[in-house]
Amino acid sequence: MKLALTPEEAAFRDELRTFYTAEIPEELRELMRQGASLSKDQIATSHKILNDHGLAVPNWPVEWGGKDWTANQHQIWADEMQLACVPEPLNFNTKMVGPVIAEFGTREIKERFLPPTASIDIWWCQGFSEPEAGSDLASLRTTAVRDGDSYVVNGQKTWTTLGQYADWIFCLVRTDPRAPKRQAGISFLLIDMATPGITLRPIKLIDGGYEVNEVFFEDVRVPANQLVGEENQGWTYAKFLLGNERTGIAGVGRTKVRLAEVKKHAKATGLLDDPLFAARLAEAENELLALELTQSRVVSDSADGQPNPASSVLKMRGSQLQQVATELLVEVAGPDALPVDGDDTASPPWAQSSARRYLNYRKTSIYGGSNEVQRNIIASTILGL
Amino acid sequence: MDFQLSDEQALLRDTTRELLARTYDPESRNKIIESDLGWSRDVWSRLADTGILGLGFEPDESGQNEIAVVLTEIGRRLAPEPVLHAALGPGAVIAHQGSDAQKRLLEEVAAGRRLLAFAHLEAGHRKPTATVITAAVPQGDSWTLSGTKNPVLAGDSADTLVVSAALPDGGTGLFLVDAEAVHRHPYPTFDGQRGAQIDFDGTPAEPLGDAVDASSAIRDAIVRIQSALCSEAVGAMEEALRLTTDYLKARKQFGVTLNKFQALTQRAADMYVSLELARSMSFYAAMSIADGNLDPVIASRAKLQIGRSGRRIAQESIQLHGGIGMTAEYPVGHYAARLTAIEHTLGSSQDHLQLLIDHIADYDLARL
Repeated sequence: MKLALTPEEAAFRDELRTFYTAEIPEELRELMRQGASLSKDQIATSHKILNDHGLAVPNWPVEWGGKDWTANQHQIWADEMQLACVPEPLNFNTKMVGPVIAEFGTREIKERFLPPTASIDIWWCQGFSEPEAGSDLASLRTTAVRDGDSYVVNGQKTWTTLGQYADWIFCLVRTDPRAPKRQAGISFLLIDMATPGITLRPIKLIDGGYEVNEVFFEDVRVPANQLVGEENQGWTYAKFLLGNERTGIAGVGRTKVRLAEVKKHAKATGLLDDPLFAARLAEAENELLALELTQSRVVSDSADGQPNPASSVLKMRGSQLQQVATELLVEVAGPDALPVDGDDTASPPWAQSSARRYLNYRKTSIYGGSNEVQRNIIASTILGL
Repeated sequence: MDFQLSDEQALLRDTTRELLARTYDPESRNKIIESDLGWSRDVWSRLADTGILGLGFEPDESGQNEIAVVLTEIGRRLAPEPVLHAALGPGAVIAHQGSDAQKRLLEEVAAGRRLLAFAHLEAGHRKPTATVITAAVPQGDSWTLSGTKNPVLAGDSADTLVVSAALPDGGTGLFLVDAEAVHRHPYPTFDGQRGAQIDFDGTPAEPLGDAVDASSAIRDAIVRIQSALCSEAVGAMEEALRLTTDYLKARKQFGVTLNKFQALTQRAADMYVSLELARSMSFYAAMSIADGNLDPVIASRAKLQIGRSGRRIAQESIQLHGGIGMTAEYPVGHYAARLTAIEHTLGSSQDHLQLLIDHIADYDLARL
């Protein structure tokens, strides 16, 4: 048992720290620190810098640009990136579709898609959820019917995050409606968003923002060589994808930065002197440290590369604490949280964006497997209930 | 960070677990805590034989990770033997502060032949402190103590007391006192352990090492004991959760086992989350001490998390059992009692939260 990083790990951390602060533009990191939303170009800029230095897809196989790192090194990479307020490389590319293609795709499909996926020359979005398939994802209804060298896709996807920026979408589609188990009739298909028959409709969220979409498919012809792996094996690939996102899922570094912002403003407004408020902030900080240590334990236990069911703890607590941080900032803002876009007013910009962000962050306990689903995983997989 | 136990630590865990499992089931434990002594001399000598009663007595090595391993097993079985309060806690104080002659007492302690107690807490102590009212008075070459210590855990059975007392020129000194020379008011604690109030009235005392301010040694002792209590609590939480999940799988109502009710299994999942967070913080406290960092802030962080998790697991384990959880015959309530006692020993969650608030403006990012 040893708390400290090894000298090699400490050197690795320092190197990344220097890189992140020296290479990623300060104005991007400052926007992240303030919790502003970034434009498509800003996200892509940061992603490209990371990729140019071989740091966008360290979790991929080495042959496709990955790094032969230890589990601890992967964690340090993610933690330091978050602490430095670096916009993270696009998850849909690096943690979702990329690893699935690398693991299950043919040589041809890897060569075609992995390089532009790593370099974000293709911007991916995710086509999993449907109006009637949320937590119960396997009940999805979008169909793909084989017709010669193509699949013909019909149906609807929803909650498609940043679909408005996307060049391509990776979809779970039903290819065998008569399969004995509904999980057995699902395939993993890559679709160009410019294909005729695709319509994108934005969904406005409770914070007034626009980050998710509905995607409609009407007789969309998709070349059959855009199927990943085998037909009807898509559920296996989807489970691989969902269980894959271990490092960084808790957002410990990001939440630390958020709580530091809360503290900075609470100090300036004097609220930090209120013991009732200070107690809540101190408690949140402590819970975050407990989560950070738990994350380190999960990482050091996951060296065999298998998803650890304890990652449900990370997702659940991580999302709860992300929400706590946004909630506390609204409390610091108080009545200054009420105006939005009120330029030239006495309410500072951070206060004006705090309530929107708080509302926006209610999503974190819903997406990526709702916290109720995580509790079910813990109860069944870990506790055997 | 490396959280893996070494082979030796894993062996120590298994040995302790087996020894205690052979010794106690809930029924035999209930019987022994009702006895005059409240624990078993026979088990005590077996603990001594395995080397457990001498952990942390080497001045160069804290042994805190080993202590953590052992205390977790004690918590798992709710073993009533006062390993921490009659041996390891006060023993480490002697190991760090005592003269060579005084350190030789530790051989008897490790062999199970001498019982200690750390007589430090006084009326009004809530947050851990080294400041005391009990006064030390020099009498020529010797010293006497006057004042009252309460609660003194394991003070009922101690042979030798390690006592903190205010020095005439300021600061707090440490003294050894023969337990025969004091007036004791022994009592059981609500969790089935034992303690005493101890009155000193011009009682002869021998300075532990030199009669100088030992405030930092007292703070260190408290940090070590807090960490050990956290480890013990983790064992107790783990067992309380195991009992609860087993019960949910076995107990039938409405024609089905209780684990068919998601309202219950989701609460069990939250108990598991609480347990893992507590385990992480407990490791953190012990590993920090093992690295030579006896930081009261780290102890407060751990104790706060253990207090929160322990309270949740104690309450929920009783609730998910229903009526049976209320009975003294069934074990789960005893775990709740022990977890409650640990929360209120050497600073409650509330006290530790206040300590953390005192420093909150001093740093930006919370760091480990």
